[in-house]
Amino acid sequence: MATPAVLGTTAIRQRTAQTGDIVARLITFAFAASIILVTFLLVWQLWLSSAPSRHKFGFAFLFTSTWNPVTEEFGSLPFMYGTVVTSVLALLISVPLGLGSAIFLSELAPAGISNALTFLVELLAAIPSVIYGLLALFTVVPLMRSYGEPFLKSTLGFLPLFKGPSLGFGLLTAGMVLSIMTVPFIISVSREALLAVPREQREAALALGATRWETTWRVVVPYAKLGILGSIFLGLARALGETMAVTMVIGNDPKISASLFAPGYSIAAVLANEFSEASGEVYVSALVELGLVLFFLTIVINGFARVMIVATTRKGSKR
Amino acid sequence: MMSGNLIWRKSVNAVMLSVTALFTVLTVSTLFLILGYLVYYGGRSLDWNFFTKLPLPPGEIGGGMANAIVGSVEIVGVAALMGLPAGFLAGVYLAEFEDKMFAPLIRYIADLLNGIPSIVVGLLAWTLVVVPTRTFSGLAGSIALSVMLIPIVTRQTEQFLREVPLSLREGALALGASKWKTIATVVVPAGSKGILTGMILGVARIAGESAPLLFTAFNNQFWGGGITQPTASLPVMIYIRAISPYDDWHRQAWAAGLVLIGMVLLANIAARLVLARGVSVPRA
Repeated sequence: MATPAVLGTTAIRQRTAQTGDIVARLITFAFAASIILVTFLLVWQLWLSSAPSRHKFGFAFLFTSTWNPVTEEFGSLPFMYGTVVTSVLALLISVPLGLGSAIFLSELAPAGISNALTFLVELLAAIPSVIYGLLALFTVVPLMRSYGEPFLKSTLGFLPLFKGPSLGFGLLTAGMVLSIMTVPFIISVSREALLAVPREQREAALALGATRWETTWRVVVPYAKLGILGSIFLGLARALGETMAVTMVIGNDPKISASLFAPGYSIAAVLANEFSEASGEVYVSALVELGLVLFFLTIVINGFARVMIVATTRKGSKR
Repeated sequence: MMSGNLIWRKSVNAVMLSVTALFTVLTVSTLFLILGYLVYYGGRSLDWNFFTKLPLPPGEIGGGMANAIVGSVEIVGVAALMGLPAGFLAGVYLAEFEDKMFAPLIRYIADLLNGIPSIVVGLLAWTLVVVPTRTFSGLAGSIALSVMLIPIVTRQTEQFLREVPLSLREGALALGASKWKTIATVVVPAGSKGILTGMILGVARIAGESAPLLFTAFNNQFWGGGITQPTASLPVMIYIRAISPYDDWHRQAWAAGLVLIGMVLLANIAARLVLARGVSVPRA
């Protein structure tokens, strides 16, 4: 007699359990999906808000270099120039520095030292960008003005890159500060890519009589090259979008000059400086359009970087 | 001849090994340089007024940043209230519910969202909040920061839930627990240390952001009227003080820098060393 009743409660319990599972799945899915939603919302909102500028200037916005809020004529070229030049400068310094450090941390240093140093590198990555800016403004800028730039002028001054007055503020200083800021990202991602290389690869090379360095450089690094490339792209995307530190040292002058000593301007910096005080529909929307350009620039580079990083870590973990 | 070649190879080895070590030392030493400067300049400028007084107009000596400290706590607190639960639940979905169709896409988009420049996220909050309400507000800043926080927390929650052994889940399910009960009472508690670490690191990261606050929360010289009004924050204050021409303001920028870095590093060290001993925290 009691059997059907027991079965009944079990069935009810099972049903509530299933509804619970479905509800839990739906709720968590809603939040997960909101990530996609927010991203689309971002594109949509920037697209809408930049409409007046897009209609007025069309593609010329990307190739002209006037920036005149009074006559309402806007072109993004000087800002793209400053953004790209400072980021490339940053990578020229941070790639060797970051890759070298990653090799040391993953391949050569004893575990204890490597862990401690990795922890410090992670702290370096956690420092807010405005702090980098503060230090750059009061230490790097004066140093570049009185020592760095005069030195470059006296040694490499025959190049057009190193001509003009030493102001301290400018593309070169911004690039240097950015390089310090991107190094931790390059280190931590390429270190992970190097660590994902199977041990057998190293052992085989060492067994054939290769030195430690030859093993690292000819076997381990090529094996992890996609991940390393990914880390560089990731660093590049960070550098392109970096705002505060660059704004404080780049000089904020929308000019395109061959000299790295000259002050410049970056997309993020002009947004930081002018957006809150911009008035007039076209001016504001031109700034939003700059933001849109920056968004697409970083998302494409990030997209490549993520694909490469996923490809290497998967390759390593398969073995 | 063989030995000459070997000597060459060994010296290349030694030189390159030392170069990589040198690079590492160079990189790490910038951390100590930064901390050293901040402690030296910031420490000289830090006093009680900094924590208790309001900012003074340019030219007047003294004053503090009490409103910016409180403002930062407000903005970051509200951002955390919105971003932490949302990111956590999204992470639970990615780790626990099998979904071959959407999960990879969501994961990828979350990583992309994480890489978007913070100033662009500020533009989003500006269009969503500042434009319709016609005023800068702390809330707009909070929304911008929570948009940055969600993908960080999502990915870290997912990562730490994945590290929970499958046998724990199977045990709970075999005892008759439903899936959501297994997640809520077994899986999440097992991964809670790591998840909490990820959350602290995420909040520490957004607490130092100034770019997305410049044209959302804006700034305020006074106590302001709560989260719906322009609100001062420590990072924005550092920026404004640092680029000003006044020595006394520079002094305050250093003091604020020291306070900010103290909070951020303390959170990082606490999370990484104490809470997550031995847990490897992925780069956000």
